[in-house]
Amino acid sequence: MSKQKLVIIGAGMATGRVIEHLVEAAPDAYDITLFNAEPRGNYNRIMLSPVLSGEKTYEEIVTHDDAFYADHNVSCRFGEKVLKIDRELKVVEGENGHVPYDKLILGTGSDPFMIPLPGHDLDGVIAYRDLEDTERMMSLGPDNKVVVIGGGLLGLEAAAGMAARGVDVTVVHIMGHLMERQLDEAAGYLLKKSLESKGIKICLQANSKEILGEDGKVKALLLEDGTELPCDLLVMAVGIRPCVALAKGAGLAVGRGIHVDDQMLTSDENVFAVGECVEHDGALFGLVAPLYDQAKVLAQTLLGEQAAFKQKSLSTKLKVTGCDLFSAGDFADGDTRENIVFRDPGRGVYKRLVIEGERLVGCVMYGDTADGNWFFDKIRSGESIDEMRETLIFGPAYQGGAAVDPLSAVAALPPDAEICGCNGICKSTITDTISGGATDLGSVRAKTKASASCGTCTGLVEQLLQVTLGDDFQMPQAQPMCGCTDLAHEDVRRLIKSQELKSQAAVWQELGWTTPNGCHVCRPAVNFYLIADWPIEYQDDPQSRFVNERKHANIQKDGTFSVVPRMWGGITNPTELRAIADAADKYNVPTVKVTGGQRIDLLGVKGEDLPAIWADLNKAGLVSGHAYSKGLRTVKTCVGTDHCRFGTQDSTGLGIKLEKLLWGSWTPHKVKLGVSGCPRNCAEATCKDIGVVCVDSGYQIGIGGAAGMDVKETQLLCQVPTEEECIEIVLAVTQAYRENAKYLDRIYKWVAKVGLDWVKETVVDDLANRKTLVDRFELSQTIYRKDPWAEHAKEKADTYAPLADLTLEAAE
Amino acid sequence: MNWIDIGHVEDIPVLGARLLKTRIGCIAVFRTAEAEVFAASNACPHKGGPLAEGIVHGQKVTCPLHNWVFDLNTGEAQGADEGRIATYPVRLENNRILIDGDAVEQRSAA
Ligand code: SRM
Ligand SMILES: Cc1cc2nc3c(=O)[nH]c(=O)nc-3n(C[C@H](O)[C@H](O)[C@H](O)COP(=O)(O)OP(=O)(O)OC[C@H]3O[C@@H](n4cnc5c(N)ncnc54)[C@H](O)[C@@H]3O)c2cc1C
Ligand code: SF4
Ligand code: FES
Repeated sequence: MSKQKLVIIGAGMATGRVIEHLVEAAPDAYDITLFNAEPRGNYNRIMLSPVLSGEKTYEEIVTHDDAFYADHNVSCRFGEKVLKIDRELKVVEGENGHVPYDKLILGTGSDPFMIPLPGHDLDGVIAYRDLEDTERMMSLGPDNKVVVIGGGLLGLEAAAGMAARGVDVTVVHIMGHLMERQLDEAAGYLLKKSLESKGIKICLQANSKEILGEDGKVKALLLEDGTELPCDLLVMAVGIRPCVALAKGAGLAVGRGIHVDDQMLTSDENVFAVGECVEHDGALFGLVAPLYDQAKVLAQTLLGEQAAFKQKSLSTKLKVTGCDLFSAGDFADGDTRENIVFRDPGRGVYKRLVIEGERLVGCVMYGDTADGNWFFDKIRSGESIDEMRETLIFGPAYQGGAAVDPLSAVAALPPDAEICGCNGICKSTITDTISGGATDLGSVRAKTKASASCGTCTGLVEQLLQVTLGDDFQMPQAQPMCGCTDLAHEDVRRLIKSQELKSQAAVWQELGWTTPNGCHVCRPAVNFYLIADWPIEYQDDPQSRFVNERKHANIQKDGTFSVVPRMWGGITNPTELRAIADAADKYNVPTVKVTGGQRIDLLGVKGEDLPAIWADLNKAGLVSGHAYSKGLRTVKTCVGTDHCRFGTQDSTGLGIKLEKLLWGSWTPHKVKLGVSGCPRNCAEATCKDIGVVCVDSGYQIGIGGAAGMDVKETQLLCQVPTEEECIEIVLAVTQAYRENAKYLDRIYKWVAKVGLDWVKETVVDDLANRKTLVDRFELSQTIYRKDPWAEHAKEKADTYAPLADLTLEAAE
Repeated sequence: MNWIDIGHVEDIPVLGARLLKTRIGCIAVFRTAEAEVFAASNACPHKGGPLAEGIVHGQKVTCPLHNWVFDLNTGEAQGADEGRIATYPVRLENNRILIDGDAVEQRSAA
């Protein structure tokens, strides 16, 4: 049987998808000829905006290259417009000749609508639709001015893309707020504010009157109110019209678009249409998700399978970095409709849900769109939300049972949950592909298309990879800190520094925390980052600390505490030992234990007794041993030259000096030091976070040791000849760790991330930098190198006692 | 109800808690970021962790021993954990903290 001839007019997003489905399911069914008016094949049109802003290159958004067409025997007639269709003879007429067809597909997309203002045909008046338009905009720079007419999705992406190139951009919009089709007034206002902060000027309720030119070239836009906005380029992005001229000329049934039925068949049994050029059941289309559904149905129909296209509700996002908005469903007001609104003007967050009966029908969000897909799912499923009405607006984290951890949230999604909205890919399709051998994002993308279009679901797909593959998958991007934010620790650290955020409230507000004041996961981390970066300006917040650090003692399983006084370098004396013994007696301490770090632990002290036992220990000169802190713990030493026949340097003395300099400092995780007097290493310095091994010629400094859940040997950072330099290096590396590491990463984890070479460069080789690190450490220590026990015993003792004792009152 | 004055709101740190000793056991009195106090049993239903030592966030507290999180309105454990702490009526009047004496005192039979 000879192959059927299939002619396709338009190599757009819709027909591209049809071809893919066809050649995959039945490579030999059709002889395909593909016409395209644009002089190129299929590319991801929606990614023109990232190309414009410089975030991607054109090459990265090509979806089908020459090899693809060659491999699948598609005859390409690119740069050739189809002028006419003769349905009687079943022939299309291209600019370069005729091609007969058995089946024909129209995928002509839309034409940008150009307002017929005087001057609209001047040179420099363009639309925003294809690569040519994009390249025209990309040729502009800081010396140019541009006016964009239209404050919708396209106009704003064009404006933001050019603004990112430094162009002076003004957006002129006829309505009272931006993106009025997708956003309500409040969200539109917030969007305007953030675009203005990117330097884009926005004129609302502005009627354009005339485009002024000079020598046939655009010069300015004149508004009704007489304002003249000078420009070198004028971009009109005011809407699209289905491209139907060809179909109309051929006598097909055409309304606003080409009429098609559920199988994408037009009024002619051999002619199909797909994409933005169609009208289906009264509706037109302007986003890719439904077009992909149509493409699938059309391919199946062409292969003789049963399939029907159904319209679904849609969601919209704007691809402008830093403007997070999401809208879905229908959010017009109505008598039968009820609104739930959440605003946080400080954080620039706005959310609105529209409810009809007991169903969610629409949602608009600005500033915090993390829960967008969850709401969208509710809209599409039409499930009853009555049970969670009160807390619905706060999203999944607040619905009893739902996990706050994003990974478990993804794991909990049902198999048919939609992950990639553009391509209609559900969870099970992705997990099946992963089980079938796709182990990275690229191969999942290649095999399923998930995250291959607008890319906003990339994170979800990665999380699915992680859930399905477990440790075999290395998450390329860092995980969010906790359920309160999408930002990873690294991002938060960076933003605290770059935006000079100096309080927790500033972090929550400026970085868009979704909870009013964080949680037990993020608060201790943020508190530490602020202490490390702004030691002078920021005030430590005890309420953001785990109980041990708030009460300066380790909590025990029965609610009592342990008390470990500091013994500098492990050295003590009879007076101290007596004071410890007396305290143990006086406070009925059940257990006195010698610890692994050469200190003495008094275990089982009652919370209310803490200030008193500290005051007693203080009298003998004993201070907090910080056995509870993410901070300097102990410096373990050996006896060194003082007594040992092998000692090469004064390891005990150096240990004590280091402990006196470092004590009280807060660090991302605990820091333990060891100083051994010779390579026999009796202080176990080579499994400490920082370890010094003394040798005849000086001091070998190693970092990144540990002997807990992971056992790690230190890596040699450097060897230095003098004690003074050794101390300097230890302080500098501690400060570098404080300023850069993620909270709860010990030094070995931090070094694994930044690399030993980087640490060497910053603290060993770069002497000037080493000095500033030491200076910043010293500055911080002017605040923190002090005994918290003394302070609490003196000033806060009453907070350790109960607020009131009703058992006594009752007895009186 | 029998409201008993147990202290000034400033006696409890913002996002913190203090203990209240009663004849029915220790009660934790929490203060959130708003002008708002809550009272609940101090003992975590998991392994008895002292909730007054936990981190307070929103209207919730995280147990210091193994991070169970409780809603202070209902006393219910959040997320996957199952359990509940008893909550007690408490309110603020002119910055004084008042707790319902009937709820926290076992009256002698008299
Ligand atoms: C007291 C002590 C055991 C002892 O009786 O000797 C001890 C006790 C605790 N260790 Fe330890 N560790 C003690 C030496 C060690 C050592 C050995 C050492 O320091 O020489 C290690 C392995 C070395 C290391 O840190 O790499 C050690 C590795 C850990 C770890 C695992 C850390 C890791 O990164 O894998 C934890 C858990 C943590 O910190 O998150 C831990 C945590 C704890 C905690 C704080 C658990 C907790 O959160 O309640 C224990 C507190 C008991 C208490 O109430 O006082 N302890 N712990 C030792 C005190 C050292 C000191 O003198 O200050
Ligand atoms: C800058 C930009 C950003 C966008 N962002 C998004 C987004 O984030 N999300 C989203 O869902 N949608 C977005 N869209 C919309 C999306 O790109 C369109 O919905 C989609 O491209 C329409 O696909 P189509 O196949 O119907 O038409 P098109 O992709 O436009 O393809 C039609 C092709 O047919 C050709 N053609 C027309 N007439 C003829 C003829 N007579 N002879 C030969 N060839 C002809 C045209 O040259 C064109 O190449 C965006 C659009 C643009 C322009
Ligand atoms: S090894 Fe450390 S953490 Fe584990 S029980 Fe012993 S003291 Fe506690
Ligand atoms: S005792 Fe509270 S969580 Fe374990």
